[in-house]
Amino acid sequence: MSAATNAVELRGITKRFPGVIANNNVNLAVTPGEIHAVVGENGAGKSTLMKILYGMQAPDEGEIFVDGTAQRFRSPTDAIAAGIGMVHQHFMLADNFTVAENIILGDEPTRGPVLNLKAARQKIRQLAATYGFNLNPNALVETLGVGDRQRVEILKVLYRGARVLILDEPTAVLVPQEVTELFENLRVLVDEGVTVIFISHKLDEVLSIANTVTVIRAGTTVTSVPAASVNAHQLAELMVGAELPTPERGKSTVTEHQCLALNNIRVVAPDGRQLLKDVSMTVNSGEIVGIAGVEGNGQSELISAILGLEPIVGGDIVLEGESIAALSTRARRHRGIGYIPQDRHREGLLLEAPLWENAMLGHHHKEPFSKGWWINAAGAKERTENIVRTFDVRTPSVDVAAYALSGGNQQKLIVGREMSADPTLLIAAHPTRGIDVGAQAAIWEELRVARSQGLAVLLISADLEELLGLSDKLLVIYSGAIVAELDPAEVTPEILGSYMTGVRNERPAS
Amino acid sequence: MSLAEPSLPSGTTETVTPRRAVAPLRRLQEMPARQRAFVYAIGAILLLSLTRVLSDAHQLTSPGTSGAALRLAVPLGMAALGGVFSERAGVVNIGLEGMMILGTWFGAWGAWQFGPWQGIALGILGGAIGGLIHAIATVSFGVDQIISGVAINILGLGVARYLSVITYTAGTGGGATQSPQITQKISTVNLPFFAGGELLGWKSPNILGWLDRQDWFFVSDVGGLLQGLTSNLSLVTVLAMVLFPASTWLLWKTRFGLRLRSVGENPTAAESLGIAVYRVKYVAVVISGAFAGLGGAYLSLVASNIYREGQTNGRGFIGLAAMIFGNWKPYGAAVGSGLFGFADALQLRNAKAVHALLLLVAMVALVFAIKALLEGRLRQGLFSLLAAIVFGLWYLTSEEVPSQFTSFTPHVVTLLVLAFATQRLRPPAKVGEPYRRGEAH
Amino acid sequence: MIRRAAVAVVAPALAIVLALAISSLFLLLAGVSPAEAYSSMWSYGTQSDSLVSTVNRAIPLYISALAVALGFKMGLFNIGVEGQYRIAAVVSAGLGAKLSLPGPLHVGAILVIAVVVGMMWVLIPAVLRITRGVHEVIATIMMNAISFGITAWLLTGPLQGKTSGTSLILGTDRLPASAHFPNLNRLVELFGVELRRGSNLDGFLIIAVLLGIGYHLLVNKTRFGYELRATGYNPIATRVAGVNSNATILKTLLLSGGVAGLIGMAYLLGSSPYRYDTGFPQQYGFTGIAVALLGRNHPVGIAFGALLFGFMDRSSQILDLHNIPKEIVVIMQGVIVISVVIAYELVRRYRQIQEEKAVSREPVMAGVEAASS
Repeated sequence: MSAATNAVELRGITKRFPGVIANNNVNLAVTPGEIHAVVGENGAGKSTLMKILYGMQAPDEGEIFVDGTAQRFRSPTDAIAAGIGMVHQHFMLADNFTVAENIILGDEPTRGPVLNLKAARQKIRQLAATYGFNLNPNALVETLGVGDRQRVEILKVLYRGARVLILDEPTAVLVPQEVTELFENLRVLVDEGVTVIFISHKLDEVLSIANTVTVIRAGTTVTSVPAASVNAHQLAELMVGAELPTPERGKSTVTEHQCLALNNIRVVAPDGRQLLKDVSMTVNSGEIVGIAGVEGNGQSELISAILGLEPIVGGDIVLEGESIAALSTRARRHRGIGYIPQDRHREGLLLEAPLWENAMLGHHHKEPFSKGWWINAAGAKERTENIVRTFDVRTPSVDVAAYALSGGNQQKLIVGREMSADPTLLIAAHPTRGIDVGAQAAIWEELRVARSQGLAVLLISADLEELLGLSDKLLVIYSGAIVAELDPAEVTPEILGSYMTGVRNERPAS
Repeated sequence: MSLAEPSLPSGTTETVTPRRAVAPLRRLQEMPARQRAFVYAIGAILLLSLTRVLSDAHQLTSPGTSGAALRLAVPLGMAALGGVFSERAGVVNIGLEGMMILGTWFGAWGAWQFGPWQGIALGILGGAIGGLIHAIATVSFGVDQIISGVAINILGLGVARYLSVITYTAGTGGGATQSPQITQKISTVNLPFFAGGELLGWKSPNILGWLDRQDWFFVSDVGGLLQGLTSNLSLVTVLAMVLFPASTWLLWKTRFGLRLRSVGENPTAAESLGIAVYRVKYVAVVISGAFAGLGGAYLSLVASNIYREGQTNGRGFIGLAAMIFGNWKPYGAAVGSGLFGFADALQLRNAKAVHALLLLVAMVALVFAIKALLEGRLRQGLFSLLAAIVFGLWYLTSEEVPSQFTSFTPHVVTLLVLAFATQRLRPPAKVGEPYRRGEAH
Repeated sequence: MIRRAAVAVVAPALAIVLALAISSLFLLLAGVSPAEAYSSMWSYGTQSDSLVSTVNRAIPLYISALAVALGFKMGLFNIGVEGQYRIAAVVSAGLGAKLSLPGPLHVGAILVIAVVVGMMWVLIPAVLRITRGVHEVIATIMMNAISFGITAWLLTGPLQGKTSGTSLILGTDRLPASAHFPNLNRLVELFGVELRRGSNLDGFLIIAVLLGIGYHLLVNKTRFGYELRATGYNPIATRVAGVNSNATILKTLLLSGGVAGLIGMAYLLGSSPYRYDTGFPQQYGFTGIAVALLGRNHPVGIAFGALLFGFMDRSSQILDLHNIPKEIVVIMQGVIVISVVIAYELVRRYRQIQEEKAVSREPVMAGVEAASS
């Protein structure tokens, strides 16, 4: 296919960030009037690619063609001028504004300084009718449901004359009926000549709507095929990688003693959406339970529920035989729940404070960090030095402020802090994210040793090597529910990928 | 963080379960806002009438009182408008008091040097400069908005004092803490036909004044109140009153206003659509200072004829309270300012009226109690009922209220509004958060 | 460590330089030579009794700044310090005059009353903050106005005292000698410094120093202080760590209000007329905020800030004799506050850039989630 016939073509796109190559010689060719899906796991590089296409980032190498013409985008304004519109995963809407106000913002029809709202409303109604959207221009966005808000975002770009629509994980926040509605909208759009690029990790949905699918893994294009010629299992395999790392199995240290039990817990968002649906699981002492799943499918809510940061509306949480659902976060941590947070800056560190004060966070009410009312600075520093030595944290001293450390060393400090506090249950969310291979192996070893001494671990990770290498039991979470319980020794990439992307469901939701 | 919202993350998300309201209340809730406001106004005047009759405090609805209330409300309203502009663009402006002080000083000085209207203009300019400093500190340098506001209050006080000392030297008639008397005044008008105003040379009848003198229940009260609002109006007052609909029009009907509000609601979205967020914030904060300056100039040129240290007396802060009361809307802020001005006016009139205020508060609390109980909100209903009883008893068992207590009526009302109405309040989503360019991703 | 100290000093130093520059402009506007103004200020201000006066003036500012700093350390703004100290002063003066106790007990009782009243005055904003999420800035400002009104009422009503002799204006009853706080003149003379007649070093200095030490110990050495600072650094991480933010907010605000109650005590118990009257010094609350900002919430920094402001206040007295408007000092103080705040912000950003550079040097495996994806 020559460049002249493609609505959008990306050739040889390469983008580097400090220490990582996000896109490596990526190619993408989108035919006019088609729905083209781009699939891949988190970190695969698809978001970076779309940001480049939308002008939010500039590529280090490669070319962009729109309708056959070479383009260079310095900002989203250039991309919009070229007819490309992006609907972000996290909506950019002013809640207190009407639909019309949100759509026209920045490109308002005016009579002098005065807004020509009548003309705006008319144009919006026209657009909405053409594309089959059912929106009231005078409605306050605050009052709209998620599906309608998404339609406002889509209208926003159509209003500016976009002919190519990029949708970033559009179904992430939708319930099934809303997904169906969205796909109907997309079909009408395509009938009217709009081209749609659709980023997603949900393969069953992708296959039901897309014409072509491009798979991206580890920053490169794996393949680009017509949707009709491939099935979900094959796609899953391509996404995840043909070879899965083989787990190192030692002797099982799993005991019969149940440390943590979740019984049918339910968590609901303020707008009524179900975030966790009847989740049940157990973690025994001496066991590492791994949770696999694409980020955003309920992992954060699960952690918040166990820690007591957010309330549950149904079910129970039992720790060491005691129901803790009514206890405060402090009480739960006091009972021995350790936590390696998924976002170390936001949830795990006091960046402006010295290392030894960070090593106390969450444990400051215990020895050796404090004695009664007083902080035992000497004891704290000593323990911190221990952590630094054991976990190989690269720092000149324990008085250095946390922000001065590299991310990897910050992570090592956090892991060390949690593990040396002798927890009963350890929740580890992406524990080796951002850590070099050597340190990663060391931390895995520490986890194994702790497990053999009876620690119960709930491991949430996107690193399959980590999950398969450490877990005794592997659960897959998708859309707020546990959809499978697998044996890490026997799972194949195809099976794992299928569950992670909703293609298969061992425990269908009621 | 906005001044009406929690600053730290809360542990639980409250689910608001809609309550089933009784039929007439539901009709009230479903009315469009303008109609509802009208109903509330009628209700308020009814209560006032009742209080007047029961307590025999004629001052409650006299034209003298409402006229004074208007004069006292204008500076508050200007500060409140200033707050609206600034916060709608996402910037908290605690420094309104300092900007107002600059307005009082430059207003008086301008009038003394040149003339009253020049004074007004210079007062506006003085406040705007204060706004500019606040904008530079918070928008360009990202300084915490509250700290910057406090610093500007200190600075405004200092500058006013210093400039007084070097300008009003011996022999001018002024001194370190006040300016010389300003002899020229801005002219006043009366509304023609209704309040005895002049129309093309013909002095029209004063219908409202006649109504007021009849002493009929409710009708005369309306007449008295309205007459106060339409007679002896300084031109600046008229200007101030016009600024409310003008601001509403500006903020909701023009492109400038849309972009200003978007910057306070979702600056990331605004930037992604090509709006110059920093520039919009600058303009909004300078406008905010200008309003405060106008309010200050009013204080020294219209409400009195002299600049005096301490003239603002916390009105910058009360203006913020009126802004919150008015849910960040100009008309709401006007109602809030009017309310606070009315309380202030009563305090100055006579002790009987102040005492009658207790009865009024008791009745208002009673109305709230009934409304809350009918809507099923038990705790609020009982609390309001308790308040009604307390104030009622206080009225019955006392002869007068210490005048010092009425001085802080607006502040107590603000606290109550903040405490009980946070759910209904809708501040701009991103007010108080410093914005860094390029935060879009 | 030395680098940190140097950086900490740079910002206030820059601020002072900027303040001098801008004030010079204002002085020139008045036709005054800045050099003449500053030099006469300096020579007057460094005389021995001026230094004593400086310290005296610094004491209430120091206490006020401590009260404010307690809140700042946690990200809370207790702007209500002004109202808290005044109502604490009037109540403790009024009630204290009705007590008759031996010396130290009398003083102690008055101090206790002041602390309790200060705490009570911040209680309403604190509760509103915890239960309804009302921002403490507006709530404390409102409480200030209420305190002024109630103070005025108390002075004309229940706590009105006799006026006679040195107390001709409206105020509470004069406190008896048993409630007077002794001065430190003898201590000063021990060091060989000669004090002019009438120049007394306030004994309350001891209390101020103790409060400073207490602040340091509480904030830096106790578990509570750790939780307080941690919440100020990162409220989310602190919550995850199990700290109950509501309880911490309440305790911090109460402490802040309690300390605020003591601000007026130095003047009340240390100098004639030993009563709360309409001439009682005002503005300590707001100036305290400025001093806390200047001293960056550090007990020693605040001490320097308080002394600086005290020095400026005292040395400006001489300007009257030279026909130079002494109000220039207020402008200087205002400019210092704004510029120091801007300077600290710039320093903070500089540090952040350094940090980001450090992070970007970390080795990350290809395929693992990049910084932005």
